[in-house]
Amino acid sequence: MDRVLADRWQFAFTITYHYLYPQLTMGLALLIFVLKTIGYRTRNAHYDNAARFWARVFAVTFALGIVTGIPMEFQFGTNWARFANFAGNIIGQTLALEGVFAFFLESGFLGIFLWGENKVSRRAHWLSSLLLFAGAWLSGWFIIATNAWMQNPVGYRAGANGQLELESFRALMGNPWLVWQYFHNMCGATATGSFVMAGLGAYYLLAGKFREYGRTFVRLGVIAGSAAVFLLLFPTGDEQGRNVARYNPVALAAMEGLFESQHGAPIALVGQPDMEHLRLDNPIAIPNVLSFLTYRRWEARVEGLKAFPRDIWPDNVPLLYFAYHIMVGLGTIFIAAMLFCLFFMWRGTLYEKRPLLWLLIVLMPFPYVANTAGWLTAELGRQPWVARGLLRTADGNSPAVSSGNAIFSLLGFMGLYTLLSIIFLFLIYRIAQRGPEPAPPAAEPVH
Amino acid sequence: MGTLWYSLVALMVAGYVILDGYDLGAGVIHLGIAKTDAERRQVIESIGPLWDGNEVFLIALGGTLFFAFPRLYALSFSGFYLPLMIVLWLLIFRGMSVEFRSNVNDVAWRGFWDVVFTFASGLLAVVFGVAIGNVIRGVNFDPSGTFFLPLWTNFGVAPPLGALDWYTGIVGVFSLAVMTLHGALWIALRTSGELQNRARRSAAIAWPCVLVVGAAVTVLSFRLQPLILRNLAAAPWGAVFPALAVGGLLAARVASHRRHDHQAFLASSAAIAGMVASAAFGIYPYVLPSQLTIDNTLAGPHGLAIGIMWWAPGMLLAALYIGYAHRVFSGKVPPSENR
Repeated sequence: MDRVLADRWQFAFTITYHYLYPQLTMGLALLIFVLKTIGYRTRNAHYDNAARFWARVFAVTFALGIVTGIPMEFQFGTNWARFANFAGNIIGQTLALEGVFAFFLESGFLGIFLWGENKVSRRAHWLSSLLLFAGAWLSGWFIIATNAWMQNPVGYRAGANGQLELESFRALMGNPWLVWQYFHNMCGATATGSFVMAGLGAYYLLAGKFREYGRTFVRLGVIAGSAAVFLLLFPTGDEQGRNVARYNPVALAAMEGLFESQHGAPIALVGQPDMEHLRLDNPIAIPNVLSFLTYRRWEARVEGLKAFPRDIWPDNVPLLYFAYHIMVGLGTIFIAAMLFCLFFMWRGTLYEKRPLLWLLIVLMPFPYVANTAGWLTAELGRQPWVARGLLRTADGNSPAVSSGNAIFSLLGFMGLYTLLSIIFLFLIYRIAQRGPEPAPPAAEPVH
Repeated sequence: MGTLWYSLVALMVAGYVILDGYDLGAGVIHLGIAKTDAERRQVIESIGPLWDGNEVFLIALGGTLFFAFPRLYALSFSGFYLPLMIVLWLLIFRGMSVEFRSNVNDVAWRGFWDVVFTFASGLLAVVFGVAIGNVIRGVNFDPSGTFFLPLWTNFGVAPPLGALDWYTGIVGVFSLAVMTLHGALWIALRTSGELQNRARRSAAIAWPCVLVVGAAVTVLSFRLQPLILRNLAAAPWGAVFPALAVGGLLAARVASHRRHDHQAFLASSAAIAGMVASAAFGIYPYVLPSQLTIDNTLAGPHGLAIGIMWWAPGMLLAALYIGYAHRVFSGKVPPSENR
């Protein structure tokens, strides 16, 4: 295997796998905070029990997020040494910011939230759920700041020895790419958390177990999930798409499978990019829509792939195209499903509608697919650059590491992560089977 | 500016070894001192709410090294590729063992994770020592300015170098002894009864090992890395760091013997700070002998000036969270009922 290819496979594999966990913890952090807040204000133990139950799911997921997350930071140095040397002063800062401002907060208050309910006051325990949520969502901000800089480098200047250095902290944090990508991503995480919560609640209702909790989970999951999937489309997805058009138009052309530049460009719903003949096979397209979505004018001109030199085309156009279409297609299905659920919730019959409860169960894995496809879109669209316009991916790897060593570690990660998956599913299955249970008797008097 | 960031990174290494050191050390003696399931749960619970915050120190340390010394980060992380991958895998195993051991009440499940916990903790303690040994010994660079170290070659300290040789191996054993002592003092602090007595006995056994191996490491380091004695001759005040290490160790022994577990743990923490500071002082101004120095790896001044503006208040805030979490979980872990 080509050296850079081995490094790319390892990073892609480890980051894709890693992000299966944080998308659930970031989504659940918000939902647990909501449950805890209702419990705190109403003094209804039902919500505290519900929060405690999801905290158990959170804890297992968070542990896997940590242990698969540490390798991500290290790999910038181990596998991408030339990129680390080139841009380290900038992306090292966003990564360190994440550790310093987000992870200390998150891990410190997770410990208190999970283990300290009998040691701190009710108020402090509620506050720890807020700080846990803040830590989780801040970590997303700094990681996306890192990625946004790679997508759209800002706030840097050339230093000595061919390295970059940070020129403006404000520009780095105000990267126009960052804000929409962040909110788009966090809505995606909320969708994962909500769909998992609603799906498990639907399972409890169908199985006739923990019915009261089942209703709570379905209600909160559907409400938060609906908000998330609508916001994913508009404004966050819409604005994110316009950012791609503005800053990286060649990626937009590849995502849409648009080879020829044209006025009134159509949007392709279905079709396969044919890289031999540079056309979209079997297209089903709606005329003018892409022009409108991108520029808000039906006749606007959209540049196709052929308008750009081939050496800046994303290096895997078909995968990018399919990833993007899978993301958008699933998002559309989510919106339709949530509209159904909301309607019957409003009618008050959702909890008895078996087909809809089944739908909620079946939907559970799909936000993971959509989030993964979304990140594939972002990262394949960034290619062939590791920092767009500044450094090519092929020039970013570690000259000292042979492909044999990279393949060795890639296989190691694959084996280890298979084991992690089995353990995770086993533990989550057990937690779900045991279900929410009343609070254990306090070991010490509550202050 | 360079010396400031060098000191800050050394401070973070010390913070990491003190914090994660006690939970690694607790892992090392876990199988040996905790006999029943209840005792093993006590050991795990003494670090359960705290270990991941301690490990965040490693993430923050990595990030700080990354932006303050990007060239060092790039060259050393790719040069030590294989040992680092092993560290990552061990961290994964250890994190799982702490988090998942008590989730399932089953003899085989818990027994498996107990063994994983002890072995991964012990190996990590050794590997971290080996890493520090590599930094003190230094590496040889290719003409292209990079290096790549295999895991081992002929275990000698002359080229061709490997990450593990007899010298770095001894530093690894030293690190294992130090963390064992530190972890034993932590368990003594957080438990009571028979478990506490066994933890104190482990500390009493680890202590002379730390002293003997530490003396050997000191002498060997002086011989292998002439920078250290040169630095001491140029700035004799630097002797305060090894003095702190030795003084901390003595105080830890005395306090532990008198059952002042709190003072013993603090003294051991001070000793660790002294050891890390001694190593940092010894190889200054190098960050990785024989070629990488502060000056030729430090990031640009403008970026670093921005960095210190958020780093200082951020780490202060982090210290507050860590302090608060340690205060909430400062009492004795009660012997837990079966579940």
